[in-house]
Amino acid sequence: MKKLITIVTIATLALGSALTARELVVKGSDTILNLVQNLAEAFSAAQPDVTVSVTGGGSGVGINAIMSSETDIADASRSIKSKEITTARSNGVNPTEYVIAIDGVCIIVNASNSVEKLTLDQFSQLYQGKIANWSQVGGPNKKVSLYGRQPSSGTFVYVRDEAVKAEYSASMRQMNGNAQIVEAVKGDEGGIGYVGVGYAREQGIKVLKLSKDGNNYYSPLDKSAVDAGTYPLARPLFQYTNGKAKGDARAFIQFELSEAGQKIVSDQGFYPVTEGYQARNEANLH
Amino acid sequence: MPAEMSGTPLPAVGGTRQPRRRSRRLADKSAGALFLVCSLLSAVVLLGILLFLLKNGIHTFREVSVFRFLFGTVWNPDAYGKPAYGLIPLLVGSFASTAIALIIAVPLGIASATLISERLKGSVRILAKTLIELFAGFPSVVLGFFGLVVLAPLIARLFHVTSGLNLLNASLLLALMSLPTIISVSDDALRVVPHSYREGAYALGATPWTTAFRIVLPAARSGILAAVMLGFGRAVGETMAVMMVAGNAAIIPHSLFDPIRTITSTIAIELGESVFGDSHYYSLFALGFVLFLIALGTNLVAESLIKREKRSFTL
Repeated sequence: MKKLITIVTIATLALGSALTARELVVKGSDTILNLVQNLAEAFSAAQPDVTVSVTGGGSGVGINAIMSSETDIADASRSIKSKEITTARSNGVNPTEYVIAIDGVCIIVNASNSVEKLTLDQFSQLYQGKIANWSQVGGPNKKVSLYGRQPSSGTFVYVRDEAVKAEYSASMRQMNGNAQIVEAVKGDEGGIGYVGVGYAREQGIKVLKLSKDGNNYYSPLDKSAVDAGTYPLARPLFQYTNGKAKGDARAFIQFELSEAGQKIVSDQGFYPVTEGYQARNEANLH
Repeated sequence: MPAEMSGTPLPAVGGTRQPRRRSRRLADKSAGALFLVCSLLSAVVLLGILLFLLKNGIHTFREVSVFRFLFGTVWNPDAYGKPAYGLIPLLVGSFASTAIALIIAVPLGIASATLISERLKGSVRILAKTLIELFAGFPSVVLGFFGLVVLAPLIARLFHVTSGLNLLNASLLLALMSLPTIISVSDDALRVVPHSYREGAYALGATPWTTAFRIVLPAARSGILAAVMLGFGRAVGETMAVMMVAGNAAIIPHSLFDPIRTITSTIAIELGESVFGDSHYYSLFALGFVLFLIALGTNLVAESLIKREKRSFTL
């Protein structure tokens, strides 16, 4: 009986504290999951009465959740599709977009691979399965094994629509996160994968330079190439709210865009938001 | 037959059957009613799930033909071009991984169960059984992690293949996961074989191992069959561990080292992003219904096999 009383008391206290603390739900992209978790920690340190719960699943999962009002903020590494906006509006949700960081999607291979650079066309051929041996792009005589993300990932959609511009080869292995791709490519001499720049500074893998025209090659590790958009796979990373962000969601996004927030963005290996996007964010906040 | 008899095979009733009959009968009746309500409730829940799957799954076929769904060889609902909803690669993925897992786990499982039931005694037996049952409750995500970090590089190195995320890795994990079920249920089946069978064999001069393999194992056939079927169910329904190590490319595998995608992983991977009301969303329920049919099929087959066994055995 004594035990029961203790349990009931603890449960009541826990419930009570859960009720007084306000919760902010953030859901979506795996690419910025780590980053947003770090931002949330820093935010909660300054605002102890707000608990930010950040979960992944992929951009598709986040956008789906904002469309059905199951989250306060959706993380996405791709922009919302027009079809999704239509569905959201029919649910009475008006998605509003914020750019919280800039990413250059990195094409990574095993460190032992002698290939240093690819054209966008070669990359596309590789991921369609049309180039099956590294010797076809000036590398060793080794079979190519493709690693990509699962379809709910924004990066999966972004790379397919912007770079492959066709269906992925059916034999591409689908991994459930950037870190898994990095691990797989590390252990596979013929492996190739794509990850957010925040995951690419690792031992055992090599980031390839990419070119649109076959003359000028750029690296995603070069901030100026990503900022200027000369690196072909430079992309903004998004958050979405229903209508203009209000209350805690607004405070959180403002923190993310602040100097302290953007420093965390850089520390996590991503690039700070450029001025053009900051102006757009401001407009969407006020 | 009174309800309480069916639960335990050999009720050790030893004595008093005196007055208090009335209150007993009342208790009996109310217990019967309670059990009836419970079993009805589970039947209703099951029926509800079935209807829910059917109701949602059926919408798939507004846009996708049944033929295309059942015999299509491409699963790509989130396509760059035209979406494709072909069940075949997923079905092959599920069955191939489960079949290979059972090829590994069934002989091992039955052998271990025989050892535990027939040869181990006292505290060693209890320890072995406890450990195995503990392993049955092992979280699959941990096993999946083990497969990803330890097994995958090992397979890649041992067989000189590019990646260890493949059918073999998934099957090995599934074998590991179905082993405890197979061992534990087989052991129970072996234990209920009457002791007189063993004594008879000993009396004829058979060694303990001969007795175990020639007399006890055949006598426990139907129970062992049930163990295998339960192991099959465990393997075909597993999601997380397989998802982590199978490579998840929806292709029909040509070797042990090709990646596979199972039905369960497909539902887990794609449900979160599929838009409510979309063909993609509904097709995942159709997949769920296929899983349900597989489970139903295995149970029916197991049931009929066990029934046939029992008949031939009692003759």
